[in-house]
Amino acid sequence: MVALSQERLVSSADAPARRSTPPSFDRLFRLSSLGSALLVLIVLLGIIGAMIYGGLPAFREFGFGFITSSVWNVNEDQYGAWVAIVGTLSTALIALVIGVPLSLGIAIFLTQLCPPWLKRPVATTIELLAAVPSIIYGMWGLFVFAPLFANYVQIPVSNIVEGMPIVGTILYARTPSGVGILTAGIILAIMIIPFIASIARDILDQIPSVLRESAYGIGCTTWEVVRNVLLPQAGVSIIGAVMLGLGRALGETMAVTFVVGNANRLSGSLFDPGSTIASRIANEFNEAIGLQLNALMALGCILFLVTFTVLVLARLLVARVKVG
Amino acid sequence: MDTALQTRAPARSTPAPAPWGRVRRSRHVADRALKIVCTLFTILGATVLGWILLMLLVEGIGGLSPAVFTETTPGPGSQGGGIANALVGSLILTVLGIVVATPVGVLAGTYLAEYGKSSKLAEVIRFVNDILLAAPSILIGLFVYMLMVQPMGGYSGWAGGVALAIIAVPVIVRTTEDMLRLVPGSLREAGAALGAPMSTVIIKISWKAARAGMVTGVLLATARIAGETAPLLFTALNNNFWFNPTLMGGVSNLPVMIYQFALSPYENWRELAWAGALIITMSILALSVVARLLLRKDKVR
Repeated sequence: MVALSQERLVSSADAPARRSTPPSFDRLFRLSSLGSALLVLIVLLGIIGAMIYGGLPAFREFGFGFITSSVWNVNEDQYGAWVAIVGTLSTALIALVIGVPLSLGIAIFLTQLCPPWLKRPVATTIELLAAVPSIIYGMWGLFVFAPLFANYVQIPVSNIVEGMPIVGTILYARTPSGVGILTAGIILAIMIIPFIASIARDILDQIPSVLRESAYGIGCTTWEVVRNVLLPQAGVSIIGAVMLGLGRALGETMAVTFVVGNANRLSGSLFDPGSTIASRIANEFNEAIGLQLNALMALGCILFLVTFTVLVLARLLVARVKVG
Repeated sequence: MDTALQTRAPARSTPAPAPWGRVRRSRHVADRALKIVCTLFTILGATVLGWILLMLLVEGIGGLSPAVFTETTPGPGSQGGGIANALVGSLILTVLGIVVATPVGVLAGTYLAEYGKSSKLAEVIRFVNDILLAAPSILIGLFVYMLMVQPMGGYSGWAGGVALAIIAVPVIVRTTEDMLRLVPGSLREAGAALGAPMSTVIIKISWKAARAGMVTGVLLATARIAGETAPLLFTALNNNFWFNPTLMGGVSNLPVMIYQFALSPYENWRELAWAGALIITMSILALSVVARLLLRKDKVR
């Protein structure tokens, strides 16, 4: 024992002499990797700080009314965020309503139904949807989807529902141009599909196949396996994946700017143009001065807080299941 | 399957044989519906991708000509023109972003996988990185505007590069960490047993083993930032000239050029926007496919 420890002492005393890299490099490497990791933290804090610092004058000027007021008048320097907040939330909600069933369907197809040789091409196709730049979605939405949507959905639906209570307001297009809150929601739905689908696929893949096989073994159909075995198992983390998609939908800028119509008014109809926080910032920021700039920063601050909350929840939900 | 059910059915549900048949039918219908719906949804997703590519090809190919690659973007109302300055500008901004992001991302990922592991700090940074990964890119543009454009007194390519770097870093951190975690601990122990210090073990063993995956991460990050528009709106801006060699003032770039030209009333501007959209989408898709192939080859090995 004594001999052993002595030997180790000797060898460790020798070691520095044989090192090709000096120990100072070792320390430097460690510190620089720690520094880089801390930089990630600092950037996030910087974003929060910049938003609050930039938006503070607007919050101070309008107080809580900034959130609830729907006035956005550049000439009179009066700003309120309500229209943009409603637009952001409603487009994101529409995106979820359409996008989540589609994504889950794709994930189920990929993990349960797809023949093995087809798996990789289909998965790659869906993942490539995520690689298409958002501005291209915007162009597709505006130049291809919106005219079709106006002709085959907005005009017929408006004709049918005209004069009806409630439905006649929600689904009536005063000017059937194809752009509007619903179009933005549909484009967003397509954009979040690859994110939700690929996470849901990973989650479904992680479920031990013994569970699935035993369900099939007692005579369950695919539907029953999905409904009674896979979904309860995946449950909370699927919600996490959905929240992640929601985070994307809330902050998406370029595609929405193309198709949302960029109008500052509250409308009861889903076919009418509106605006979202991100689209308003993209549209107005470069020409903004003074209080308008601060108001846009304050909008950014609200957007950040909302997406931050959603993403934190998503992360917690996805993580909890992985542990358990 | 059928015979199995028939032989079991009388044994299990002798009191009411009739409902058994009905249940079986609804089960069958539900199962069929699920299969058809899921397949349809997948086809729909693939159709949208195909439709977008088709649209780009149909609209973009007509606009492609040698002039597109040699001439600068035309001013309002003037004829012809190309997008050479936007192409070069985009290239410079993307390279700038990746050059800044790669060392930071790789080192931070290395910290998480090799040094921090499951310490409190590493957990916090992992959490923050995941949030940055999904943070709205327009907010990153606003942040860099406050950080660089306002203090420097004007739009610049440097600000654009930094904004893109902030978007690329989380992608690189995430893939680097994931790939380093796949390297077996025994390799590191073998290196450490030879008396190599931690830094040598990481550089000569872990990085080498995870190389393909880390390159994939960088490629994916490049694909991600090459098409980003929102963060460039308030940082690099865009204009119709060759940019200043110091990159101060606006630097023309493809995404913002497409955004401005696509919504313009001039016919030649819109044509250039389509040509640019075709070029940028095809490059990004090619980059993503190459990155995936690279990763697959590594996994097979």
